[in-house]
This record gives sequence, structure tokens and C-alpha cells, in this order.
Amino acid sequence: MAVAQTDFDTLATADKPQGYWRGVGRRFLRDKVAVAAACVAGGMILMAVFAPWVAPQDPFQGTMIRRLSPIGSEGYPLGADELGRDMLSRLIYGARLSLFMGVTPVLIAFLIGSAIGIAAGYAGGWVNSIIMRVLDVFYAFPSVLLAIAISGALGAGILNGLLSLTVVFIPPIARVAESVTTSVRKLEYIEAAVASGASAFTIVRVHVLGNVLGPIFVYATSLISVSMILAAGLSFLGLGVSPPNPEWGLMLNTLRNAIYVQPWLAALPGVMIFLTSISFNMLSDGLRSAMDIKQ
Amino acid sequence: MLIFTLRRIAYTIPIMLGVSLVCFALVHISPGDPLVSILPPDASVDLQQQLMAIYGFDRSYPEQFIRWLSRALQGDLGNSIATGRPVTSEVMNAVGNTLILAVTATIIGFTFGGLFGFVAGFFRDSWIDKLASTLAVVGVSVPHYWLGMVLVIVFSVELGWFPATGAGPGGSSQWSWDWDHLRHLVLPAVTMSVIPMGIVARTVRALVADILQQEFVTGLRAKGLLDRGVLAHVIKNAAPTALAVMGLQLGYLLGGSILIETVFSWPGTGFLLGQAIFQRDLPLLQGTILVLAMFFVILNLVVDVVQSALDPRLQRG
Repeated sequence: MAVAQTDFDTLATADKPQGYWRGVGRRFLRDKVAVAAACVAGGMILMAVFAPWVAPQDPFQGTMIRRLSPIGSEGYPLGADELGRDMLSRLIYGARLSLFMGVTPVLIAFLIGSAIGIAAGYAGGWVNSIIMRVLDVFYAFPSVLLAIAISGALGAGILNGLLSLTVVFIPPIARVAESVTTSVRKLEYIEAAVASGASAFTIVRVHVLGNVLGPIFVYATSLISVSMILAAGLSFLGLGVSPPNPEWGLMLNTLRNAIYVQPWLAALPGVMIFLTSISFNMLSDGLRSAMDIKQ
Repeated sequence: MLIFTLRRIAYTIPIMLGVSLVCFALVHISPGDPLVSILPPDASVDLQQQLMAIYGFDRSYPEQFIRWLSRALQGDLGNSIATGRPVTSEVMNAVGNTLILAVTATIIGFTFGGLFGFVAGFFRDSWIDKLASTLAVVGVSVPHYWLGMVLVIVFSVELGWFPATGAGPGGSSQWSWDWDHLRHLVLPAVTMSVIPMGIVARTVRALVADILQQEFVTGLRAKGLLDRGVLAHVIKNAAPTALAVMGLQLGYLLGGSILIETVFSWPGTGFLLGQAIFQRDLPLLQGTILVLAMFFVILNLVVDVVQSALDPRLQRG
């Protein structure tokens, strides 16, 4: 069925799930910006995974003589930080913790938030009202404030940072999941499934999940960019990751004191945060239009 | 309208209760005995007992919550550990400075974002539309604390045009609208304005593009109305939503100013929060967050009511 039908994939999408995903893939590949963003984001992930092989030097080992060497120094292509450690290696290694801190909360919040939202949307009625009103309370905090409040109270640390960011992202994801599920719940085939005696769990698993996970996932990917900025922001404030671990936000924090000595060196970690955040943002935009999801 | 407003207020009260519950819980989720985290390590037994009585840690949680809440309602948020001064006065002093910063940033962001979004939506798919969309993405993707640092590097370190930190002569409590103070406001306000700018541009663009496709615009054009005339109608239709977005953005900036205030040592609530976290001053942390969150809730309420007054169709929802 492959060759002949690809030209008519728009006609075939309605009843053939494989055709739908092929169409999504084709539309995504046609979007040059999205593909470029995917390459940058993928490159960052590869860099994080293969850091020990890519990095020219040990990110923890510094020499005081090399303190704050300017960009382009011999053997230190991007200079050296306030403790004489190679910037390039630290930026490469930094991808590990920074990506981990940025992506993990969204992933966990995606799992928990979807479960809450789908349950609320499918159950409807007073169960829905109670769940959504509780979420409204967390919605009443600006996200930055909530993240800082929780991790400020818990104290510095990677786990506390992850926890506070996860709490921040559960309500918005649950809200999207709830609204998508509520709209699917009203469709006739769900009614048919209920009439045929299927249990709520089966209906959700067979008929609801496939229809709601896509939009929720795309929404969650759009949060990765925010999460990257917030996670690095927590470390920038001295919460989250603690020294001497290489993490972009923390590096910005410690290099901030050197802003009058080596200004552009001090700004380097931010470039990495910005690049990652913008590529995840554009990737998510590309996915949304490829999957034709309206927001 | 009155019924809508009353209903909206009635809906806000449980939210406020929930918000204060979360703030109350902050002290209790912090590791260790809550009293230990509230007291300095060298606290005297006398002080320990005094605080024990104020917080009532020997009582049950619901009882503690009610006591804390009734004090908070009377404007007593406890005393700061670091300075010993009442949290309420510290926070109120800082809120003023944050408001100056956030309101200025919102005005800058709304003016330029709205303008950009409007032109982009009016001339869809033109180069200016693409530029506006790109700027919008950059605006929401840039880590603003880093942007602040870059602006400091360019305009303070390299060019020396604007001061890098502080709020000008007189420190935190004596703001006035003269050049000596305004110079200090420029960089933080511009940095902060980038976030709402991107979001407002995106919203206004979508709004304008959507309105232009509606039938009444075709009707106006068919009637012979020039672009200029159509423009007025578009503005009138886009304004309520755009203003609502602006109001919400102001709320986000008030609550989210901590990172920018840290970069610029701006003596507002964010800076206060930073200090509270650094010194593990939990009453100060709790009080500041409570005040900021309440501001946000009330702002949301006001935005909803104003928006529905401007656009009565919303009252039906």
C-alpha cells in the first residue's frame, strides 16, 4: 500500500493511523525551521550523552594560573572559568545536568498531569470540579514564584529542584489533558462503547488515550523550553544544582562576579541555555503544526 | 454584570484560602523541625518559647493554620529572622519597588509587542510578520536573567551608559521619577519587558488575523470602508483580550521578578525573596510569597471583571 497511496495520504489519514503518522512525519520534514531545531536539540542531547568523549579536558580540574583566561586562549578555546577550569569542557558537560534538570520535570509532570487530567475529564461531574478547583490553587501562583517558593523552602539540591519544577508543571498539563478528554468524552463512539458495556478503564485505554495523548504530548514539549529556563534559573539563584557540578545556570551564577573582568566569558553559559530553549520551542511549534493541533 | 462580579468574587475566596494553605505549608515542608528552620542556630531558650507561642507548633496543624491565617488577615506576617523587623513592612516596602519595575516593563512590552503583533497580523505572511513571529519566539525562549547580564555587559561594562545595579540614590526606600533614578530603571525594565513583549505580540497577531477573517470585516470593506476605518473596528475588537493578556502579564512579572531583581540588585520583592532563601529566613519567604500570590489572584479577578465589562459576551460563559 505504500507507494501508490502516499500521494493521497491526506485522504487516507481519516481512517488509517499509520497514514496519519506518515503524514505528520512528511509535514514535519518539510518544515525547515523545525528540522533545524530538532537537529540542535538532538545535538545537545548527543553532546550530553557523549560528553566524556567530546570534551577536551576534565571539567572539574582547574589551575589557578589559568583563572579567567579569555576566549581564544591557547588550549582553552572558550577560555577558563573563575577556578581555571576549561570553559568548553564545562559547557559540554553542563549539557548533562542542565538537560536532565530541564526535561525530567516535564516528563514526570506529563505522566502525572495526564493521569489527573484524563481522570478528571473522563469522570466529569463533581470529581472533575474538585480536581480542577484544587489545580486552580496552584494556578494562582505565577510559575516562577511557585518553583522558587517550593525549592526555597526545601533548600538547595537537585532532587528538590526537580520536585518543585514538577509541581509547577502538573497543573497546566492536567488542565490541557482535562479539556481534551472532556471534548473526546462527548463523542458518539465513546457513548457507543459505554452502551456496549465496556468498563471505564477499557474505554480510556482503547478509545480515549490514543486521541488525547498527542495533543497533551505536544503541549508538554512546549513546556520543556520554559522548564530549561526555570531549572537553570533555580541554579542561578543558588537553588538546584550546587558547585562544583557543571550546570549552565550555576555557571552563570558563579561567573557573574567576573563580569567586569571577562564579560563575554561570563555570558557563555547563557548562550547554551538560550540555544536549547529556543530549539525546543521551535521543535514543539513544528510538531504542533505537523500534527495539526489547534491551541 | 453585578451578578457576574459577585460570582467571580465568590469563586476567588476558596482559591485565596488554598493559596494561603500552600504558603502555610511552605514552612512545614522545609526539612527538619519547623522551629529549627525558623530560629537562628544561637537562639536563646526565651526566644524559642516566644516563637513557639507565636507559631503554636505544639498545636494541631488545622489550629496552627487558623491562628496563622487570622494573624495574616490582621496584617501580621511575623518577624524576619535576619533583621527582626516585621515581615509585613519589609514586604510592603519592596512591593512598591517591584511595582515600579513591573509596571514600566509591562508598558514597554505591551506598547512594542502590541504594535508588532498588530502590524504582523494586518500584513500576514509579509516580512514584518515573519520578523514579529521570530521576535516573539526569541522573547519567550531567552533566559531573561541572562539577557539582563548581556545588557549589563553591553551598556554598563562596555559602553558605561547605564548603571549595572541598584535603584539609585537613597537605596530601596526613596524612589522618585528623576533622571538619577530612572537611569537605574532602564536596564532592568527593558530586560523584563522582553517576556510580555513576545507573548503580547503573539496574542495580538493571532487576534488581528482572526478578526480580519470575520464576516463583519468583509461587510465593512464591502460597504466601502478604507483600511483606516477597518483598523478602528479591529482595534475595538482586539482590545479586551489584549488588555486581559497585559493584566495577566503584569501579574506574572510581579511574581517572577526574582531572577531579574537578583541580576540588577533591584530592591524589590524578588530581591527580598533571594535574601530570604539565602539566609533561610522562612517567615520572610512565606510572607513575601503570600503577598505576591494574593496580588496575582486579585489581579486575575480584576482582569476578568474589567474584560467582561468591556466585552459583555464573556458574562454568558
